[in-house]
Amino acid sequence: MLAESTVQESMTKPSNPHIENAKNIFKRLKKNKAAMVGGFLILLFILTAFIGPFLVPYGAGEQNLVNKLQGPSAEHWFGTDHLGRDIFSRIIHGMSITLYIGFFSVFIAAIFGVVIGIVSGYYGGKIDTLLMRLMDVLLAFPGILLALGVVTILRPNLNNVILAVAVFSVPAFARIVRGSTLAVKELEYIDAVRALGAGDVRIIFRHILPNVFSPIIVQATLRIATAILTAAGLSFLGLGAQPPTPEWGAMLSDGRNYIFDAGHVALFPGLAIVVVVLAFNIFGDGLRDALDPKMKS
Amino acid sequence: MTTKLLEVNNLKQYFPIKGGVFGRTVNHVKAVDDVSFYVNEGETLSIVGESGCGKSTTGRAVLRLDEPTEGDIQFNGENLLDLNKNDMRKKRKDMQIIFQDPYASINPRQTVRQVLEEAMAIQDVVPKADRVDKMMELLDTVGLGSHQLDRFPHEFSGGQRQRVGIARALAVDPKFIICDESVSALDVSIQAQVLNLLKNLQEQYNLTYLFIAHDLGVVRHISDRVAVMYLGRVVEIGEKEEIFDNPKHPYTKSLLSAIPVPDPSHKQERIVLKGDVPSPIDPPPGCRFHTRCPFATEKCRDETPELRKTETMTGTHEAACHYMEDIEAGRHKAAY
Repeated sequence: MLAESTVQESMTKPSNPHIENAKNIFKRLKKNKAAMVGGFLILLFILTAFIGPFLVPYGAGEQNLVNKLQGPSAEHWFGTDHLGRDIFSRIIHGMSITLYIGFFSVFIAAIFGVVIGIVSGYYGGKIDTLLMRLMDVLLAFPGILLALGVVTILRPNLNNVILAVAVFSVPAFARIVRGSTLAVKELEYIDAVRALGAGDVRIIFRHILPNVFSPIIVQATLRIATAILTAAGLSFLGLGAQPPTPEWGAMLSDGRNYIFDAGHVALFPGLAIVVVVLAFNIFGDGLRDALDPKMKS
Repeated sequence: MTTKLLEVNNLKQYFPIKGGVFGRTVNHVKAVDDVSFYVNEGETLSIVGESGCGKSTTGRAVLRLDEPTEGDIQFNGENLLDLNKNDMRKKRKDMQIIFQDPYASINPRQTVRQVLEEAMAIQDVVPKADRVDKMMELLDTVGLGSHQLDRFPHEFSGGQRQRVGIARALAVDPKFIICDESVSALDVSIQAQVLNLLKNLQEQYNLTYLFIAHDLGVVRHISDRVAVMYLGRVVEIGEKEEIFDNPKHPYTKSLLSAIPVPDPSHKQERIVLKGDVPSPIDPPPGCRFHTRCPFATEKCRDETPELRKTETMTGTHEAACHYMEDIEAGRHKAAY
């Protein structure tokens, strides 16, 4: 009687098995302390990007030439730059730009990369050869050089930086997705649904995509770090966000001239880049461990 | 009168080997080379043979999971190879496959509900409103509980997963099921359960099986007729009793002599073959078995033996050997 009622109960209010699965992944992620720190920092960054600019005492372009190149103090936590602007406030203002570049460029790259990778891996043959050689061409350029080229052709501004960074991230996604697709499409369950009469579209969206999703997510997280770094590099070279935008790479570039007299002008934007990149990297690593397909056993 | 549900004629499945810088086709793996057989409605035909002999490839070719190179496949009087993609898709409702590896044959991201729902949705066999009832019925049929409907594959054991695979195949009400080594990956005790389940389902739904296996004990248990394959060809085919008790082809004999007999006083003449299976890229001319056959002669090297029947064979029993009568009469002796 008792057993019957529990079966009845579990049937009347079914817990969503997919939510249960997500909970399990989160549980594994929680065990990884480094990843949790990374994840926590990322959340903090996002929060900062949204509400930070309203909390800091100075505006992003607020100059005070009397107080230029001052070291860190209670008044100016990270000191001031050559125009007397508060570096702490500028870094907080720059957070949203950094994250915008990181997320948006990776989002664009992921969409193109995943489409190219799946088509390449699933259909194979000539399409595969063509697409992969194209990716090889992109990969043959050093990332920053490729981004430089794209920005130079288009015009140095923030949106073109995003585009440039996206272009050089596409091959990374395409190759990973192609590899995973090749592995997944040989599995018997793909044959099973094909034997049931499923078409290519259904197989790709219902069966291949969900099973190559983990490497995509991990790659995206890690790629955000690379994208931020590359974008900062472009700005540093003067081909990214233009002054007076409080972009960290551009701030670093400004500070370069005073590196011996007032090292903090370059130091703090540099540290900010390091912390954000590190956070995304360790979170990505932790995510990879938690999403590892071997977890199923 | 029995009717042939499936008839395969001169089936060839060659896989190209790409080589060189430009990916030219340099050669072919002749995985299945001129194979013909038929399966009567409601019966079980087993295909046996060692690994790499083309059993699974034959099964996959019949379902057009790989496009066959040549031949024709008559299913219910219709040549499957003439059908276009769309018609073939509809035809797939009638023919299903159960795979070997229960761990790889179900999408790990789908629950049993989704697996079964999708099967019915693709072929649109059951109206949407009745699908849940049908799922419950299917689970009950294959011996799973309805409370297991919302579970993921990794929550099941191997035997249970195989039952899910069977339920998926049954979801579209097929007439014909290919069991591709369907019990090989299971424990012996579970094997027996799944085999009995398959047998019951056959009676219940009048299913026709093409059973691909390498375990002769399993084959003996489930088959009506047996085809023995060697290196892409059928060397002997016939009723189960004939194949097991009256084998004619030297290869079949050696294969059968490998079955252990659970009787310590039983003196068994074990025929051990020499050498390895030759490569299917460049199979030996004439009789493909001549490189390992103790009875082989010049003739075997030059002439390809056809499947034929001798006086001592009954039923549909046929074998492909030049020297069947001579070996039987003792006129032709083994070389080793």
